[in-house]
Amino acid sequence: MLKASAWNAERAKEVIAEHAGLEGPMLPILHALQEEFGCVSAAAVPLIADALNLTRAEVHGVVTFYHDFRREPCAPHRLQICRAEACQSMGSEDLAAAVLAKLGVGWHGTTPDGELTVEPVYCLGLCATSPSALLDGEPLGRLNLDKIAEALEEACGA
Amino acid sequence: MTLIFVPKDAAALAVGANKVAARIAAEAHARGLPVEIVRTGSRGMFFLEPLIEVETVQGRIGYGSVSDSSVASLFDAGLLIGGAHSLRIGKPQEHPFLAGQTRLTFARCGIVDPLSLSDYAAHDGWKGLKRALEIGPQAIVAEVTKSGLRGRGGAGFPTGIKWKTVADTAADRKYVVCNADEGDSGTFADRMIMEGDPFALIEGMTICGIGVGATKGYVYCRSEYPHAGKTFSEALRIAREAGYLGPDIQGSGHAFELELRMGAGAYICGEETSLLESLEGKRGIVRAKPPLPAHKGLFAKPTVVNNVLSLVAVPTVLDRGADFYTGFGFGRSRGTMPIQIAGNVRFGGLYETGFGLTLGEIVDAIGGGTMSGRPVRAVQCGGPLGAYFPRWLFDTPYDYEAFTALDGLVGHGGLVVFDDTVDMARMARFAMEFCAIESCGKCTPCRIGATRGVEVIDRVLDGVKPAENIALLEDLCHTMKFGSLCALGGFVPYPVMSAVRHFREDFVPRALAAAE
Repeated sequence: MLKASAWNAERAKEVIAEHAGLEGPMLPILHALQEEFGCVSAAAVPLIADALNLTRAEVHGVVTFYHDFRREPCAPHRLQICRAEACQSMGSEDLAAAVLAKLGVGWHGTTPDGELTVEPVYCLGLCATSPSALLDGEPLGRLNLDKIAEALEEACGA
Repeated sequence: MTLIFVPKDAAALAVGANKVAARIAAEAHARGLPVEIVRTGSRGMFFLEPLIEVETVQGRIGYGSVSDSSVASLFDAGLLIGGAHSLRIGKPQEHPFLAGQTRLTFARCGIVDPLSLSDYAAHDGWKGLKRALEIGPQAIVAEVTKSGLRGRGGAGFPTGIKWKTVADTAADRKYVVCNADEGDSGTFADRMIMEGDPFALIEGMTICGIGVGATKGYVYCRSEYPHAGKTFSEALRIAREAGYLGPDIQGSGHAFELELRMGAGAYICGEETSLLESLEGKRGIVRAKPPLPAHKGLFAKPTVVNNVLSLVAVPTVLDRGADFYTGFGFGRSRGTMPIQIAGNVRFGGLYETGFGLTLGEIVDAIGGGTMSGRPVRAVQCGGPLGAYFPRWLFDTPYDYEAFTALDGLVGHGGLVVFDDTVDMARMARFAMEFCAIESCGKCTPCRIGATRGVEVIDRVLDGVKPAENIALLEDLCHTMKFGSLCALGGFVPYPVMSAVRHFREDFVPRALAAAE
């Protein structure tokens, strides 16, 4: 379960100030904000720009460059299925298609109950136990449809 | 008290190691047996994970492919004295997969508690640093140069020459940056070190810092490795408290501080200049070279950028001497390479050995062929930007020069095995698609070329002028190879063209293929 607080500009400023003294503080700040609020929202951009003496455009450019930073919070549960070559060699593309069809979502989609977001990921370093995935940050390997269903059941109770 | 070792390497966790550990604790408690569970890294025999080990009077005894449901039967069979059981593999180091290896970089991985300083010291830890402090900066750089160590990240650049350039460049501040943005599919060696032997990386970076006169280091770890990040940051705290990092390393007067930074899901940040931009807090856009990072790197200061495996090889080079390290290997590829055997393979895992085995020996003899039991059709060597090798090139020796001669790539040491169900046109299309997704956008051949590449392959498969479009694809690959700024756009032609060259039969219109 991924927990996120509601947006709070004062708290955001504190989070930014905690990391502003580092060398190259941008990525640590963005990670910390996402950890706190579940995403890096548009409201955070001017606060970061102000604290780091950058333009909003520069901050926006960084936030949007990296795949990790979300503009809106994702669902409380997050399944990241690996689509890289080693997993493909073990049939991950068919497996992913079956999972998406079963959940009734596309890549980056959230299930109708709002509980689970499914995202692609390119390599988790679990290439000798393929196909693999991360569910709420915990690794899963040697996957098949049953094992994914079991893991989702355990994590989401769905 | 009997010690039971259960890995907490992410790949072991992925196949249930935590459940096994919990069941062992519960079972021992229920039976009133005094057991201490030690969480280690992985031995790298992933086909046997979860692989647990028990300390007995005969030494450690391993049990492989343990599931939580088999734990009770293991106790019934006398687990604590190494009793007979169908899962018993005997002494792990005598297992054929490990017995044939030369473990220098991975000597401790899977054996020690990764966060125990006493374990580390008891297994030859800090000996390289001790000798480094005795011989001083110039001799450190000379020793690494003499060892012939080449960058294990992919480019194979001589590590000693890089260090000497930084050492010889005057500046008020220098940096050591460790590239732990291990994004290549089929590779996991950096992750295994950070989770299984993190002090070795700290020791290697500290030696580098002393050698080149840098006082600050960064480890840039990819965010897809949350467990590696967690273990490594804990190791940093422990090392700092014990005086292995800080203003006065072990009373030597040398200062070195180390910080962990997490990436944010951009594959391109494994390219060294893009990584530096990212560390500085910018978009991960590739820089033009020159200037080299060794002259103007992080915050425009002289910077060593090395891969995890290069840095972890350094303590061995210092402790055992350059001649010892050079004694392994083949031709101009000296020392050992942690080869990562992955994908559709029976015995997948980490195999550290001197350069020079043939590709066929690695895939067939060590890897045992495919997991599916079908014939091996292709092996992609060196990650998403490496060439696909067909069977008839399996006599190629595994070393930098032999691979380069065939337009191949040793890269970071990953091998991904595919069986005969693989569609090589689809793999070529994927390579272009991946490049399009991950391109930083700075240079046109990569940014536009990758997207056009997907379209051209689609036209071939749709039967639109296939011969002309394959010629166009070759031309496009030529432009990307020679016109791109970095290895992303520059190397993506390797998987694409190797697929076209060696597996041409897959590049036929899909309507035709279906009719056959």
